[in-house]
Amino acid sequence: MRKWGMVIDLDRCTGCQACVVACKAENNVVFSDPTQEETHRAISWMSVLTVLEGEYPDVKEKYFPRPCMHCENPPCVKVCPVGATYKNPEGIVAQVYTRCIGCRYCTNNCPYTLKYFNYSRPRWSNEMKNLLNPDVSRRQVGVVEKCSFCHHRLQKAKEDARFEKRELREEDYVPACVQTCPTGALIFGDLENPKSEVHRLSKISRAFRLLEELGTEPQVFYLTEGEWHG
Amino acid sequence: MDKKSDDYSKVEEDLLRPITQTGRDFYVTVAILLAIISVGVFAWIIQLREGLGVTGLNRPVFWGVYITNFVFFIGISHAGTLISAILRLANAEWRRAITRSAEVITVLVLFIGVGNIINDLGRPERLLYTIFHGEFLSPLLWDVVSISAYLFCSTVYLYLPLIPDIALMRDKFKGTTRGKIYRILAIGWKGTEKQWKILGRAISLMAVMIIPIAVSVHTVVSYVFAMTIQPMWHSTILGPYFVTGAIFSGIAGLLIAMVIIRKSCHLQAYLKPVHFNNLGLLLLVMSLLWFYFTFTETLTSFYGAEPSHLAVFYAKLTGQYAPYFWTMIFLCFIFPVAILSNRKTRTISGVFIVSCGVIVGMWLERYTIVLPTLINPRLPIERGAYTPTWVELAITAACFAAFILLYILFVKVFPIVSIWEIKEGKEVGVEETAERVKSYLPDTIFEKKSEGIGANEINSSSKRENDHE
Ligand code: SF4
Ligand code: SF4
Repeated sequence: MRKWGMVIDLDRCTGCQACVVACKAENNVVFSDPTQEETHRAISWMSVLTVLEGEYPDVKEKYFPRPCMHCENPPCVKVCPVGATYKNPEGIVAQVYTRCIGCRYCTNNCPYTLKYFNYSRPRWSNEMKNLLNPDVSRRQVGVVEKCSFCHHRLQKAKEDARFEKRELREEDYVPACVQTCPTGALIFGDLENPKSEVHRLSKISRAFRLLEELGTEPQVFYLTEGEWHG
Repeated sequence: MDKKSDDYSKVEEDLLRPITQTGRDFYVTVAILLAIISVGVFAWIIQLREGLGVTGLNRPVFWGVYITNFVFFIGISHAGTLISAILRLANAEWRRAITRSAEVITVLVLFIGVGNIINDLGRPERLLYTIFHGEFLSPLLWDVVSISAYLFCSTVYLYLPLIPDIALMRDKFKGTTRGKIYRILAIGWKGTEKQWKILGRAISLMAVMIIPIAVSVHTVVSYVFAMTIQPMWHSTILGPYFVTGAIFSGIAGLLIAMVIIRKSCHLQAYLKPVHFNNLGLLLLVMSLLWFYFTFTETLTSFYGAEPSHLAVFYAKLTGQYAPYFWTMIFLCFIFPVAILSNRKTRTISGVFIVSCGVIVGMWLERYTIVLPTLINPRLPIERGAYTPTWVELAITAACFAAFILLYILFVKVFPIVSIWEIKEGKEVGVEETAERVKSYLPDTIFEKKSEGIGANEINSSSKRENDHE
């Protein structure tokens, strides 16, 4: 079985936010207005966080893209009372919007605080309505959503492979953020496959994972030279 | 015999007075409560239409006032059934006048607590998914199970001791519509010896059953927090800490209810200073126990000095939530201990003021457990803030008002002090207690008296045991 994972090279990230935009467009994530930003309700499955290091005038800004970690041992899945979030056999932590009752227990138990709740009814401008991705369902008010590693792309790739009567190749499936990143800071693939790039990178000495001490075993690895100060 | 029935007619008159007579105060109170409730309902309709966006919740503060209310009200529910069950099993004679008022609190408050958690759901119409698609790995589902069990058992436990009184009222109100309803509720109670026996047994059984269920309820509520891996929620102490806090706030709630009932229903002769004194002492004990837990919990996270824990710790003790935290310490520990440990201030009004403080303090306790953790998530780059909106406050006020209203209506329909238990207290209790005290002492003291009395005693005590079984 495959285990999909991502490697994020922090030393390559320029903070251009292309991945953020690509993700929003791909996954029909509703555009937030300024009040939503102010009230901390904006939804952004992929976000680029900035970390300031040092004191003025000697400051360094570090960029830090953050999707869902798709933990191997996901604390969010355990607590869901209705099984609306689950770990699928290929390692993707999925969310069932039509099942979620909106209790927000999972959001509180995600140590990376990256699940998002729909506080209001999604509103789309008329121009946007025509651009929605038909492969991704829109979310209703009152449910939780989060990064799915563009799971619909995996399904599509599988269908294509079946149609062409061949095995699914690793490179057939790439999430939108990875496809967009201009500097190649995001790398995606099968962590189980010893020949894959992500497998190799996840083992090098620059690799680390977020809050590793919690034992959640994220399937997203970060690379950086030297120390990372979150 | 005649003398006796005279006594009882006075008792019945006193205890049925709230049902038969309705003053102007009643209508005024009900009107005010209804006004508060309607504002709450209005707010709730807005929330249903717009979604939870009308609250102050955000990311990462996904839980706020509603969850605080949920924990708080479920906590108050421990007033009743647990206290009444323990006192019943311990054969504490002074319980007779207070058990019912305690049991009613439990049942009503459970509904309010459950209402709050449903109100907190993003999609309340999917509530039943917890049954159709329930995942038993989730502590929330443990809550669903144990709270439903508690609700069922405490309703039965409230109803059983009501039956003889309902039958009494059925006879009093014969012929009226009211009487007809009482007749249905009395399920053919005639007061035969066999019926009494069954009733006694059923009550004892429920009392035994309800204690572990009550303890489990609040333990499981604490598990909702303790089973997560968030700093200062993920704590082994949280179960007993929550149970202690629950009983603590429960007793305070009961005391407030009793003071108000005593005054408004003119039951000074039934709810006597001794009841308030005894419950006041119980409140004092719980206050000390509660402080012990609070102290242990706080010190442990401080001494361990893990950064993510310290962030929450400082948010509580010196940061944004410090005013709430220290008010809570004052209201739940310093003030109660100062007032209740002194016999001169442990009066009815003293106990009343302390109880009101404890209620406020315990609400703040729940608040300062839920929020400081949420505004300080583990990833240090994310920080949260939260201010409740008028919608949340209006709904909270409506919850309190709804509870009070339902309580008042209960008092209007059923006797709030158990009539038959008071009678039984005189007929059986007095003698029984004397016997019991005798049984604690060396038999030789009583042998000086004539043989006859000794023999009588043995007879009556064995008879009592028979009665009980
Ligand atoms: S990062 Fe959070 S949301 Fe994603 S799998 Fe882990 S716990 Fe769940
Ligand atoms: S918010 Fe939805 S997905 Fe999250 S725990 Fe509740 S029901 Fe499950």
